[in-house]
Amino acid sequence: MTKGTVKGIISNLVYVEVDGPVSQNEICYIDLYGVKLMAEVIKVAGNIAYTQVFESTRGLKPGNTVEFTDKMLQVKLGPGMLSKNYDGLQDDLNKMEGMYLTRGEYTDPLDEDSIWHFTPIAKVNDTVEAGDWLGSVPENWIDHKIMVPFLMEGKYQVKSIVLEGDYKITDTIAVVVDKEGKEYPLTMVQYWPVKLPIKAYQSKPRPFKTLETGIRTIDTLNPIAEGGTGFTPGPFGTGKTVLQHSISQNAEADLIVVAACGERANEVVELFTEFPELDDPRTGRKLIERTIIICNTSNMPVAAREASVYTAMSICEYYRSMGLKVLLLADSTSRWAQALREMSNRMEELPGPDAYPMDLPAIISNFYARAGYVYLNNGQTGSITFIGAVSPAGGNLKEPVTESTKKAARCFYSLSQDRADSKRYPAVDPIDSYSKYLEYDEIQEFLNQNIAPGWVDKVYKAKDILLRGKEAKDQINILGDDGVPLDYHSRFWKSELIDRIILVQDSFDSIDKSTPMKRQAYMLNLLLNICDTNFDFESYEELQPFYSRVINVLIQMNYQPFQGDKFKEYEAQLESILAERRVK
Amino acid sequence: MAGTAFQKIYTKLTQITKATCTVQATGVGNEELATVGGRLAQVVKIIDNQVTLQIFEGTEGIGTDAEVIFFGKPPTLKVSDQLAGRFFNAYGEPIDGGPEIEGDEVEIGGPSVNPVRRKDPSELIATGIAGIDLNNTLVTGQKIPFFADPDQPYNQVMATVALRTKADKIILGGMGLSNDDYLYYKNSFENAGVIDKIIAFINTTDNPPVERLLVPDMALTAAEYFAIQKNEAVLVLLTDMTLYCDALSIVSNRMDQIPSKDSMPGSLYSDLAKIYEKAVQFPTGGSITIIAVTTISGGDITHAIPDNTGYITEGQLYLRRDTDIGKVIIDPARSLSRLRNKVIGKRTRADHPQVMSASVRLNADAMNARTKLENGFDLTDYDQRALQFARDYAEQILAIDVNIDTEEMLDKTWALFRKYFTPEEVGIKDEFMKLYWNKE
Repeated sequence: MTKGTVKGIISNLVYVEVDGPVSQNEICYIDLYGVKLMAEVIKVAGNIAYTQVFESTRGLKPGNTVEFTDKMLQVKLGPGMLSKNYDGLQDDLNKMEGMYLTRGEYTDPLDEDSIWHFTPIAKVNDTVEAGDWLGSVPENWIDHKIMVPFLMEGKYQVKSIVLEGDYKITDTIAVVVDKEGKEYPLTMVQYWPVKLPIKAYQSKPRPFKTLETGIRTIDTLNPIAEGGTGFTPGPFGTGKTVLQHSISQNAEADLIVVAACGERANEVVELFTEFPELDDPRTGRKLIERTIIICNTSNMPVAAREASVYTAMSICEYYRSMGLKVLLLADSTSRWAQALREMSNRMEELPGPDAYPMDLPAIISNFYARAGYVYLNNGQTGSITFIGAVSPAGGNLKEPVTESTKKAARCFYSLSQDRADSKRYPAVDPIDSYSKYLEYDEIQEFLNQNIAPGWVDKVYKAKDILLRGKEAKDQINILGDDGVPLDYHSRFWKSELIDRIILVQDSFDSIDKSTPMKRQAYMLNLLLNICDTNFDFESYEELQPFYSRVINVLIQMNYQPFQGDKFKEYEAQLESILAERRVK
Repeated sequence: MAGTAFQKIYTKLTQITKATCTVQATGVGNEELATVGGRLAQVVKIIDNQVTLQIFEGTEGIGTDAEVIFFGKPPTLKVSDQLAGRFFNAYGEPIDGGPEIEGDEVEIGGPSVNPVRRKDPSELIATGIAGIDLNNTLVTGQKIPFFADPDQPYNQVMATVALRTKADKIILGGMGLSNDDYLYYKNSFENAGVIDKIIAFINTTDNPPVERLLVPDMALTAAEYFAIQKNEAVLVLLTDMTLYCDALSIVSNRMDQIPSKDSMPGSLYSDLAKIYEKAVQFPTGGSITIIAVTTISGGDITHAIPDNTGYITEGQLYLRRDTDIGKVIIDPARSLSRLRNKVIGKRTRADHPQVMSASVRLNADAMNARTKLENGFDLTDYDQRALQFARDYAEQILAIDVNIDTEEMLDKTWALFRKYFTPEEVGIKDEFMKLYWNKE
């Protein structure tokens, strides 16, 4: 193995003089008097390797020795990852001792001694390739497939496979042979270099289904596709994290991976504390059972922050290969971009816009491209839906991270300061936001078939009402209440109905926080009917009291169990209010 | 802090800038402390035998033959119970004429708490200020700044908050504090008779700016001692973090780093996060809560300093002088405590969350009405009522000199709802309307 010596230190960038070959992104360990600090090669010039250290470099001196591993940063994949709390390098945080994170302490992501009940799928003499299912073990409620390692190239023949029974993850469960007759014993564990996408699938079609999130402003107005990508840019305080948490709690995915990338530790602690308590609305099990948390909070080392999103994505790709519906949430990808900026800056690269590296757009779009719906080699399907949060500097959406992400992601959920200021959460701006998927023929067909015939038209109608309402509001603001025709007030209040009842959602209320699609469709129909109704008003002053009452009753409906007695009671009340002014 | 007899002395400086110098030396560790010509300095960069140090006091008068003595360790603080009631400079040296502290020597700016060892913050901090307790409730283990223009009385408000809370220790980290403000804090603490639970690390405008870089780490190292060793609830006050950031930009500029937004170093987010993330609730009962001041210019929160801060801290508080009542209030529209939902309605009365959001919404309606009024439009009856509500709300509840408990704040708010609005306009869940609408 190549060895090296520390030559220079600038914060977490360390220059290493090497005595042999090194490769880009190779992992090495720097010896700090017995403590091994993990680092990654990010540039090579002559016999100097520039490495970014995943730890604090305090106390490091020129002359400290370095050992190279000949491997890129990799994740260890196998049963036992569900419910785990990892750091950005996939260390199991719960296995670390002591109150503080200790430098140079790296822990096993899997539990070597754990026993799993293995049922074979492949048979002797089957021809297999990377990603093919050899067998399965039950992991929580997921049928965890043991696969031919993704790193194995070409075709193999199964020489032997163990019988159904209990095995440790390190036991050999199958032996495969290649064309030359070389044997490869396989265990339940495999490794994957995180910076590379796992491509052990047949094809990646255009997404053709939607993924229900329980969030009305997404599902009704701008649905995201299963296997789709979206992002939520917003200034601080506009509720990015609350939105991400609600999605993680309510989305209809088999598995959720949350990458807390350079964000607040207390927010992650909230996940640690709440997820073991909260029920998964779909399975009735605890949320934590379908969740993996990758946590590299803002005070943890910057380089590991960059790694964390890749670690998360690789784990998603692994589970997708089992035919599962995976949802990846990353909060926030801006912190990852900032980590890239810090390193680029220390390496004295010529800066791009706002001092970010020039290849930032390429890095972001490559990453988003790893999501998607796939047909596996055995004809089964799997998907990774990815929603990233972006924290634009100064709330300005014209900054490099937001702009680069806009090119890569298909759904844009713009969080607006104005909405947040008036406590209209989730603060997704209905006018600026979009879902490209709504334009897909496949998705339109899916929606019209699965929700109701003509659904897509209704969605566009609701969007029009919102836009017209905003225009009317602008006119009223310019010309004054009595300076505009009565119809403008009417338009405004009708858009206000959609806004307050569909878009605004109380994520802290046990019922309102998640709305099943059936209920969303019911409410949209109800509201569009009201919007289609003509009401009789003498002057603009009569609209506010009337619509306040309508909105109030509708809000009470949102808080009640769907079609329960209370719900119906409020609905009857609504009808009697509407009847007061309905034009016959 | 002179070197001992065994330390090697280097005298060959190859480069001097306004804040840094470079010396030829070997066997030096990153972030190690040293003296250059008798002034404290810290290693920030090493390339082969060229060691770059930032000199806290500045480099005025430093010669190329200045003596450089390395200590072989990063900056440290001696921690023990003796810290209580004492005032120190940025290096942790007493400035109150008292004796040196005896205790364990701890490296400042130490490692981060493992997130899985933290506890979800859930203890409410009562201040008696409605702008905080009612609308933006604080929780132990939280970190929150005041975003204030320089002309606003942020130091006074922060001192009031500090003195009204039931913290076991209050640690003041003063960065670029004017001497007057330093004395104000000192007097307030003395007058309140709480001097024995105060610890202060002070860098005033009289001291060199780069020294400030040590203050937050010093304050938080002391805080960690009391929170972990003594299981105490520690409140850390950091003022003014904008001046801390200015010092960061000075050093990065002298080191020829490419500046990012607003001439701040590209690592500003990480630098600030390392400080603020020291706020923590430990499962053993101890906690560190950080209340900071970030001065902003003309209310501009898009500047890199407040912007990065906002993304790190758990909310932000704004002060506003309400011209209708002539008093300072905590602005209900823009202020936010992100952790409030962990306690309101749980540690406080169940109607708290709904009352809070209704009052903020109605207050926002009043602001819209005011805009209408200023633009010369007629006001509706609702607009008029909203305006009257906002005035009473500011005067009776929000004003900073009002000191009442949360229950009373809620009752008073209900009374104002009743006085000015119909139940539909208030729009609160029916179960609470039944309980409180007719309650006198």
